Amino acid sequence: MKETILAARRNGRCALIPFITAGFPSPDSFWDTLAQVDAAGADIIEIGIPFSDPVADGPVIEEISRKALHDGVSLDWVISGLRERKGSFHAKIVLMGYMNPFVQYGLGRLAADCAALDVSGFIVPDLPLEETPEFRAALAPHDLTLITLVGPNTTSERMKLYAPFSEEYVYIVSVLGTTGGVNEHVDAVADTIRRARAIFDVPLALGFGLRVPQQLDSLPPDARPDAAVIGTALLQHIRSGGSPSSFLAPWLGK
Amino acid sequence: MDTIPHTSRPGYFGEFGGRFVPETLMPPLLEVEEALTSILPSEAFRNELQELLAEYCGRPTPITLCKNLSAELGFELFLKREDLLHTGAHKINNALGQALLARMMGKSHVIAETGAGQHGVATATAAAKFGMRCTVFMGAKDVERQAPNVQRMKLLGAQVVAVQSGSCTLKDAINEALRYWISHQADTMYVFGTAAGPHPFPTLVRELQKVIGTEAREQMLTRVGTLPDYVVACVGGGSNAIGMLHPFIHDKQVRLVGVEAGGTGEPGCENSAAINLGTPGVLHGARMNLLQTPDGQICESSSISAGLDYPGVGPEHVHLHHTGRVLYSIAYDHEALDAFRRLSRAEGIIPALESSHALAWVLREANSIKPDSRVLVNLSGRGDKDLAHALHYIDLD
Repeated sequence: MKETILAARRNGRCALIPFITAGFPSPDSFWDTLAQVDAAGADIIEIGIPFSDPVADGPVIEEISRKALHDGVSLDWVISGLRERKGSFHAKIVLMGYMNPFVQYGLGRLAADCAALDVSGFIVPDLPLEETPEFRAALAPHDLTLITLVGPNTTSERMKLYAPFSEEYVYIVSVLGTTGGVNEHVDAVADTIRRARAIFDVPLALGFGLRVPQQLDSLPPDARPDAAVIGTALLQHIRSGGSPSSFLAPWLGK
Repeated sequence: MDTIPHTSRPGYFGEFGGRFVPETLMPPLLEVEEALTSILPSEAFRNELQELLAEYCGRPTPITLCKNLSAELGFELFLKREDLLHTGAHKINNALGQALLARMMGKSHVIAETGAGQHGVATATAAAKFGMRCTVFMGAKDVERQAPNVQRMKLLGAQVVAVQSGSCTLKDAINEALRYWISHQADTMYVFGTAAGPHPFPTLVRELQKVIGTEAREQMLTRVGTLPDYVVACVGGGSNAIGMLHPFIHDKQVRLVGVEAGGTGEPGCENSAAINLGTPGVLHGARMNLLQTPDGQICESSSISAGLDYPGVGPEHVHLHHTGRVLYSIAYDHEALDAFRRLSRAEGIIPALESSHALAWVLREANSIKPDSRVLVNLSGRGDKDLAHALHYIDLD
């Protein structure tokens, strides 16, 4: 994934990491939607594993997760869908989900299953550094990554604790809040990116609250991320009838 | 599920506990953890809390020998009278302590989750006493079901937020309070209501509720001259139980019992008995037992007693269950209602439906308790609040 992001940078653009909740907009149309997101030029795609109690998510993604659960979507459903479509993705795939569904699936089984599919890693929003040893131990025998998440209130000291365990890229949460939150504090984001840049030797992805590419242009040139994660705004666009490609085009400079 | 080895990481009780939260919540949790080790043991904190508990809340609460019931049962039944505390339940011990801690940490705003409303009322009370701003998160369904407590909180000056997400109950109120705390951590302390949640809350809440068991143990020794044979408490999240049972843990001859809410009792019914009927998992920042689907989605819990209605249970209780030091049993709705009526009639004490579960276990197991035993039950709250609800199920005539 690091190479994918660096390749985008060499092409003079920010790498694009769309997020889409599994089973959205419906279980029947999800895999087509995912294929459209992939075809539209995503570099990495985060597939959200729905959870009943998503404490890091705002109302839009929580409601979408709840509907997906109601429609019978589960981690098993995602894994078997990926199994059927193995080798069909251009983008790298990351599973983003809360700890409990992963724990119930079994961390060892999860790692073994995903290593045999087009999955490159995991993002677990309720797994801070101190609780990662078991997850990392399960991933270790396979070529799978646990992505580090840091926020504006993560001190440089704490970032340094994360640094030895941070591979592929670091996900910077732009707001003290939940997904889809509004971020008006450009200075705070710039400060976080600069501090992270000084500590991590992998690319930086910025997420939470990104809606339009102009938000990145407002950041000082020395404090811009290498990749942008877009979730809530993309899902809202699709939900109101838009296509993934029309949403992603401006992000790709088209 | 994968076995996770015993760990020396902070906030673990055996395999349970921990701190499974977004990274953006780590700084405020580390701040509370620091306060737990620096402010809580300080003389200034202890003196002020002790004075408040005595002069404002009415501690120490007495233990009462239930003479009429004891005569019927053939053993001595004692009640630890947390129902006599200000605001009517043990919740004030914790809320006042955490609000005081928040004030000494320089916070001006306290937030809390509440299900039945008891912890919300206790936190609103403490906030009023300290002149702090208070916001209480409550599931929209609970706001509807617990209107009198919503009015009490508002009268005390708190803002009550009706949480519309998820199942619109206590677990969703906790989610929303955690989300709010992420974005307001600079001036805000989350006053967590039970001995669950991310570290350091299970330890902090236990330390503040331990006063129940510490007092009761001393009172048994001085008034009765001996330790009880049984100590019994109801378990929802587990704050009154850990406060009552913990000080007796090293008294090997004392049998400790936690009583979970079994709901209506038919096979497969919705319940709140996470230790007896749940499985290990991660929710609200902790590894604990949960009522969940095989996929790891959290189920809605159910109990006649709103205060026990939670799909998880504090991690230290799960650990004490695994070590065998505490016996965790179940009482069903109808047994709690019987106990509710029986204590009212026999002793002139109307117990909370929560505490009625502890009492129900004693009444059910009476035949297996040796004559002349001494049984101490934590009467964690008074039952006036439950009257309207209970009258749907029992006939007073």
